Amino acid sequence: MSHPDKYRLRRTMMFLNCQKPSLIKDPYVYKPDSIMLDLEDAVAEREKDAARYSLYHALQEIDYRGVERVVRINGLDTDLWREDVRCAVAGGCDSIRIPKTETADDVRTVEYAIAEAEREFRRPVGSVLIMAALESARGVINAMSICDSSERLFGIALSGGDFSRDLQVPISGTGVEFMGARQHMIIAARAAKVQCFDTVWTNLDDMEGFRKEVETIHAMGFDGKSIVNPRQIPVVHEIYTPKQKDIVYAEKVVREIEDKRAKGIGVFTVDGKMIDIAFYDGAKRTIALAKASGVYKGDL
Amino acid sequence: MKISKLAVAGTLESSDCMVTIEPAKKGIDLELDSVVIRQYGRRIREVAMETLDRLEVKNARVTIVDKGALDCTIKARIECAAARASEFEGRVSWGGTIR
Repeated sequence: MSHPDKYRLRRTMMFLNCQKPSLIKDPYVYKPDSIMLDLEDAVAEREKDAARYSLYHALQEIDYRGVERVVRINGLDTDLWREDVRCAVAGGCDSIRIPKTETADDVRTVEYAIAEAEREFRRPVGSVLIMAALESARGVINAMSICDSSERLFGIALSGGDFSRDLQVPISGTGVEFMGARQHMIIAARAAKVQCFDTVWTNLDDMEGFRKEVETIHAMGFDGKSIVNPRQIPVVHEIYTPKQKDIVYAEKVVREIEDKRAKGIGVFTVDGKMIDIAFYDGAKRTIALAKASGVYKGDL
Repeated sequence: MKISKLAVAGTLESSDCMVTIEPAKKGIDLELDSVVIRQYGRRIREVAMETLDRLEVKNARVTIVDKGALDCTIKARIECAAARASEFEGRVSWGGTIR
């Protein structure tokens, strides 16, 4: 049976440096769906040990009020990641993010270490979920097998900085350099029935550019976006929350399909648009997203 | 845990604390400077002594300069400083001595 939180709402994942107590003490006040407690790039090399102690005690003592606690471990090419996994699992994290994932074997290697840690620290085996960050051309090309690699894997995320370096192009701000990767990743994620998350937008002075990018990835089908500043959260949530007219229409579609199905009618119209069973799942998703976003008061 | 050299963990940024641990001959000598010493001084000392006791640090001079750190941060900084001061290199027993 699938983990109950595998498909939870993850519109925003806010990166927080575990080295900074001021950042990890109360991020829930900004109401992100998930926080990404970072042991990797944000932490100075000589402070890796300190970041782990901070992470462990924060996970143990701070009530994050339902916000998902994802821990980004160090890369599999370091001698740090195994201890990161032990620390995160012992602390009680919800999920682990694997950086620089290139193959399905990378995921399975971490999955094995997580299972060992779950047994060591007496957590139910299978309780910690995984997400994989794809940061290279090879990782993106292997997106399909990575998505299929583990029952624990709830999603994949594009990591734009490293990916653009691997492509040997600068980040333009237009998203042109990410077009192929984004399209490929969302198709792979949907084929494997896992979630897909977009990369960070780091220019905090350009909120208009940020909004455009979120609108684009929302239209492409991404489940959410990695974020680096609380100011970005309301923008993403606004764009990802179904509008009232879409909710009303989705309700009509669901009710009409169920009614017409009972009467043996396959194709009909709702508000002048042709509808058949193919629209059912989409309408149900809109209702589910509206419910999860707290804007649906109906009875579906 | 035997403290064999001077070590520091933490910073003087807001919500953090800087912990210095160094070898001492007999017992724990704890010095505390905090921006909230009137309100939380007793509690910070309590957390510090409990943490040192759990780590089985018997002899050390410990200096804490607190900038409004939560209990979890005080514990984390003391444990990190103690591990560095003891030249600890093994696997941390998370949930064991580090609890």
